[in-house]
Amino acid sequence: MKAFLKKHKFDFPIILVFVLFIGSSFYFNYNPGKQIFEDNFWMFFKEMLIILPVIFILIGLFDVWIPKEQIQKHIGEASGIKGMFLVMLLAFVQAGPLYAAFPVAYLLWKKGCSPVNIFIYISAFTTAKIPMLTFEIGFLGLKFSLLRILITIPVFILIGIIMGRYFKRNNCKISEG
Amino acid sequence: MIPLTIFTTVLVIISFIIDRKKTIKGIQKGLKQFFKILPTLLSVIIIISIVLFFVSDKFLMEYLGKEAGLGAYVSAAAIGSVSLLPGFVAYPLAGILVQSGVSYSVIAVFITTLMMVGILTIPIEARYFGLKTTIIRNALSFIGAITVGTVMAFIYYLT
Repeated sequence: MKAFLKKHKFDFPIILVFVLFIGSSFYFNYNPGKQIFEDNFWMFFKEMLIILPVIFILIGLFDVWIPKEQIQKHIGEASGIKGMFLVMLLAFVQAGPLYAAFPVAYLLWKKGCSPVNIFIYISAFTTAKIPMLTFEIGFLGLKFSLLRILITIPVFILIGIIMGRYFKRNNCKISEG
Repeated sequence: MIPLTIFTTVLVIISFIIDRKKTIKGIQKGLKQFFKILPTLLSVIIIISIVLFFVSDKFLMEYLGKEAGLGAYVSAAAIGSVSLLPGFVAYPLAGILVQSGVSYSVIAVFITTLMMVGILTIPIEARYFGLKTTIIRNALSFIGAITVGTVMAFIYYLT
């Protein structure tokens, strides 16, 4: 418990001040405060509560069922292009905000995925999730979406390779959060 | 979102039929991780909510609009890097911006930085990757996003 509080030493004060601020905004009918809560906070909060528990349950199941050897073989150090392709595919079919990708990255790392593939996964996750593409095409057009994805893929593979090298050279770790 | 929930429910049921104990252990493991990170998530979305209050549609129009010139690209990159918007909000907003005269190339810079760089989510990312790796990843992604935006701008300029 103590370690938990220490880890979140900035978070709890922020949450407390926000609760007080929103509470008094509603009490005194202060519009900016009400707007921050109703238009912005509530939207993110809903997104977080709907998506994240599901993703964490999936992570937990994956953790107990999928053996490390399987992951190592398919997306580990020696997996090459095929491994890159697999992590990209995994990222593309997912949904959710960027911060939903980090716990998955931790799990992949624990199971023996190579650092390069982990960073490709994260970049791919930010760039082209299929559920979001329908939105993008609808509002910005097919040409925009296609161009953006085609140009972005080589860029994020390069970022993945650079980050993976840095990660290995410095013996970095991914922690549980 | 609904497909993911259905998919997960089906998996949980199958997993439960095969091995009850293992399933419960898995779900517990997952949810424990969720509650561990929850305070950080909450404080980050609080900060984002407050920042977004100041970044209104009108504000965006002013800084990304036709008259803004080269400054529009700089603003797009800066605003995109700081903000975090779910796709179902970002794309309709980008659609409105395009319709009111913001160029596709500025939108490209805005959307790519918005998605690849997350300055406000650094506290969450750092919990997993450590601060240094997080900063390097975001810096590289920023350069990457600018590159993508520039290439897109060039293509839109040519066609």
